[in-house]
Amino acid sequence: MFYREAGDFKTSYRDDAQTFPIAFDRLRYYLVLAVALGVIPFMINDYWANAVIVPFLIWSIAAIGLNILMGYAGQVSLGTGGFMAVGAYATFKLMTSFPDLNIVIIVVLSGFITAGVGVLFGLPSLRIKGFYLAVATLAAQFFLIWLFNRVGWFYNYSASGQINAPERTVLGIAVTGPASPPWAQYFICLFFVLVVAWMARNLTRGSVGRSWMAIRDMDIAAEIIGVNPLKAKLTAFAVSSFFIGIAGSLFFSVYLGAVEVGEAFGIEKSFIALFAVIIGGLGSIFGSFAGAAFMVLFPVLLKNILVNGLNWPTDLAAHIQLMVIGGLIIVFLILEPHGLAALWRVIKEKLRLWPFPH
Amino acid sequence: MKDGMDTDAEGYLTADGRKIGGVLMEMRNITLRFGGVVAIKDISFDIREGEIRAIIGPNGAGKSSMLNVINGFYHPQEGEVWFRGQKRGSVRPYDVARMGIARTFQNIALFKGMSTLDNIMTGRLTMTKTGLLSQALWWGKAEAEETYHREKAEKIIDFLEIQHIRKTPVGRLPYGLQKRVELGRALAAEPKLLLMGVVMDLSDRVVVMDYGRKIGDGTPDEVRANPEVINAYLGVAHD
Repeated sequence: MFYREAGDFKTSYRDDAQTFPIAFDRLRYYLVLAVALGVIPFMINDYWANAVIVPFLIWSIAAIGLNILMGYAGQVSLGTGGFMAVGAYATFKLMTSFPDLNIVIIVVLSGFITAGVGVLFGLPSLRIKGFYLAVATLAAQFFLIWLFNRVGWFYNYSASGQINAPERTVLGIAVTGPASPPWAQYFICLFFVLVVAWMARNLTRGSVGRSWMAIRDMDIAAEIIGVNPLKAKLTAFAVSSFFIGIAGSLFFSVYLGAVEVGEAFGIEKSFIALFAVIIGGLGSIFGSFAGAAFMVLFPVLLKNILVNGLNWPTDLAAHIQLMVIGGLIIVFLILEPHGLAALWRVIKEKLRLWPFPH
Repeated sequence: MKDGMDTDAEGYLTADGRKIGGVLMEMRNITLRFGGVVAIKDISFDIREGEIRAIIGPNGAGKSSMLNVINGFYHPQEGEVWFRGQKRGSVRPYDVARMGIARTFQNIALFKGMSTLDNIMTGRLTMTKTGLLSQALWWGKAEAEETYHREKAEKIIDFLEIQHIRKTPVGRLPYGLQKRVELGRALAAEPKLLLMGVVMDLSDRVVVMDYGRKIGDGTPDEVRANPEVINAYLGVAHD
């Protein structure tokens, strides 16, 4: 199979603006989709769903959300964990207040609520940039966790301070709660991943995405050509938080089931999303998937090799994992700031010329 | 006009026979201060439709400050800006862009991470009507709008002969091509008034500034003969 765009002429601007302009890319995309819909649901078991696939899907959504904000609009955020917590607690409150409301609608509503909170904490971005904004979003992270810990209303005054997801069904099949089968958890997460990725792609290829990137690349020039910085930054915060809220909602209701906020949505979750975006590639939807896959799969892989394969003690393996991920982040920041997505692009450019590179 | 050529309300004919229309923009007694520094001192001039108007002057004369006033970056302490027969209130630069004023910079201000096409398409952002939701879903209207603006952008790409770099990130382009892309971005906005941060010898009328004051206004020939202008550029002879 030759990977070529030669001879693949576009006769309309609509065709040229499509997500996968190269026929081979399109084919590969449909192939992945076919595997995701037709193969994985039949193979999936408890271990794969819990350890690998469901967290990968949820972190992909979170990474896409953070990538909108950081990669496309250029606004640094360390508040991802806090915003995920907003999505989770919004879901909990909606689930317990409206037991008859469909879980899909609840997840979407939780996204909207998180978007509102995100806009609120995005307001400082109009005045401050870079590190200072990062610190402001860090404040959001700690404030939100504190709020959900302290104010009993958020966890319905339960004695443990935990929140638990009751069972909810889609088309008669449980997708939340302890009785939900792994394939149903997988499907509902996959559904949201597809919708979020599609929406993110649409936004970033159109004029909204251009106004974000214009603000990112040179805010003064963006203003001169008519981008309202207030609107561009706040829509970026809103869309980003909407996606992150959905991720938090699924993380709580489908994946964990029971959540203690400081443990489930602490600062280290903000860093997982941040590393996924940095390793995967800033300003790339594909990079968000690659980064999420790396952050979820790598620890599992390492643990399997070191503990199960080499019979090393578990704590040693865990420490090695921390060191290797830390080292890799430094390597990526220095050698390839655009992450796995850039490596993928290089491979594609080489493939374009293969096997006659001269 | 207290000095310069005779320009009536209907306009005038240039030396090469182009018809210049009525007043498009008028600056009235603009004074701009930064603390104690007076950057622009009581300057008035007008710009007419179809006219190539230059603002020249030695370093630090206040040319860029004047452009930034027109752009809405600086807000003068005194004076009025009139655009298309209306007095402009307190505006932000993006409001000014919406009124139809575009600008290119002396040291290129492109969006380096974006492709040539995307840079030019940003020039059309002020004309976007579809909202966030319909763009997220890429509904018919959002897509039709995108295609419409793409056609306009492609005309500019053809005009500037930059088809081959359509999808190249502009950060990788040499200076000359970047300059063309920047002009393309400004043209894509279909501006009524285009401000260009470059020196050119095509002007119909020239405003000359020095130390924030206006020291001359007229055709290039008139300005060249103006003793104050000669003094500003070459210095005053003391003997």
